[in-house]
Amino acid sequence: MKKEVVIEVKDAKAKEAINSFLESLLEKNLVSALLVPREVPSKDNVVQNLMTNSNLPVRGPVCRAGTGRRMQTGGLKEVNVISPVLPVSSARIISQMTRLSSYKNPVGVVLRSCEIRALIELVKLKQASLDNLLIIGVDCLGTYSISDYQDLCKQGNSPSDELLRKFKEGREDTKLRKACQVCEYPIPSNADLVIGLVGVDFEKNILLKSGTEKGEKILEKFSFPEFNQSKREESVSKYLSKKIEKRDTLFSEMKGEVSGWENLLSVFSTCINCHNCMRVCPLCYCRECFFESPTFEFDSEKYLLWAKRKGSIKMPRDTTLFHLGRMSHMATSCVGCGLCEQACPSNIPLLKIFKMVSYNVQQIFKYVPGRDLEEPLPLTTFKEDELRSVGEE
Amino acid sequence: MANFEPKIVGFLCNWCTYAGADLAGTSRMQYPPNIRPIRVMCSGSVDSVYILRALLEGADGVFIGGCHPGDCHYVSGNYKERRRITVLKSILKSLGLDDGRVWIRWVSASEGKRYADSISEMTSHLKRLGPNPVSKYWSL
Repeated sequence: MKKEVVIEVKDAKAKEAINSFLESLLEKNLVSALLVPREVPSKDNVVQNLMTNSNLPVRGPVCRAGTGRRMQTGGLKEVNVISPVLPVSSARIISQMTRLSSYKNPVGVVLRSCEIRALIELVKLKQASLDNLLIIGVDCLGTYSISDYQDLCKQGNSPSDELLRKFKEGREDTKLRKACQVCEYPIPSNADLVIGLVGVDFEKNILLKSGTEKGEKILEKFSFPEFNQSKREESVSKYLSKKIEKRDTLFSEMKGEVSGWENLLSVFSTCINCHNCMRVCPLCYCRECFFESPTFEFDSEKYLLWAKRKGSIKMPRDTTLFHLGRMSHMATSCVGCGLCEQACPSNIPLLKIFKMVSYNVQQIFKYVPGRDLEEPLPLTTFKEDELRSVGEE
Repeated sequence: MANFEPKIVGFLCNWCTYAGADLAGTSRMQYPPNIRPIRVMCSGSVDSVYILRALLEGADGVFIGGCHPGDCHYVSGNYKERRRITVLKSILKSLGLDDGRVWIRWVSASEGKRYADSISEMTSHLKRLGPNPVSKYWSL
């Protein structure tokens, strides 16, 4: 039986209400640590924090012992799980944390849907472990690019408040990252607990829903009132259909823009080969990137030979090969988080390209990345009786 | 374009297609010399990047030869390659590129004729298609 309860919000402060719930998870020892986004001291970005203390000093990273100076403490005040910015996918962080060994005591991780989906793919790739992780998903209302987020902060606005307000008024936010505007999975699945914002009046109540037995047991430790608004499902499906519509528009735009070698090469020719997209991609699973291996180190004369062949060649070389190669490796698992595009210094529209290509690839195998832990990755499995025409044409 | 001789990069599985190619040779079968075979231990070891690299370097076609389904010496390499090629072809198609330059064929060690026929077929197909358009671009 899935449990749905509400966290009551005081003075329309949604963030604070969620934080007090997270705080009590630590206080009640239901988790030994929490991985959460926390606002940096300059307030214009967030970073993931692994917290074990629910009463953190508010400013300054170091509490100087013996100086007699008292640090101000403020619980989880700087934690902001609805901050609309995603500098790094937590899936990558959790992979780093659990690759060598899993946790003995429960660790709570607060994630967006795309992060959970990527995490599940990484577990299938044996690069992360869900053992003793309490996955707390948060309804995603979208994120801004890092620079847009910082701009909003500079203007003195709280991006989180602004996003909530816009969402409540049902206004479309065209400033959101393209990836978020066209995301079909903003509502977390496969989470132990879901913090629901869509279809609830988050100025008064926030939905807290259990998705698994583990989550249900946590909720039993609290005495939150039952959730009894039927609006949720309807609002969710409305929210999703808008996004799917936008996604389809994006796909049809794409067909004209990036089609054929000429277009494709001009899109990728501005690539500076920094491999940022690969580094931030939660699904670029190779421990060592093939494109950074000695395979791509050549003798000086070789470059001249290539140049002579065409009279002139672009340097750095092999940028198109890098993107197409990367695509062929991770398209089956791409969750469309768009971090590749956010990290690209040359503004290559990677999200558009990868999202459409991946969608088509995933359709072949009816595979949805992050849907089910038990579903094998398409490239690690096969059926004897499939794709009969391949190899016979 | 009449004298266009396509260059085909072939990845042939050691156990089936390479032996098939050998048989075609020892049986003195005639087929176009357009393929440059590379022997690999299994078609399942041919990563898409190798195929893409051949194409981007200007190969007019890439031919992958593997054992018939069910006959893989490593049990399932060819089944996995079948999926990988399907993914690669889908990527190429999504980007408006011609996936007809990548061929995969199952050729067993006893099918010298099938090998020779496949290469003849692919060569004439590529002759019709013309040179790989990638060759004219410097901005790879």
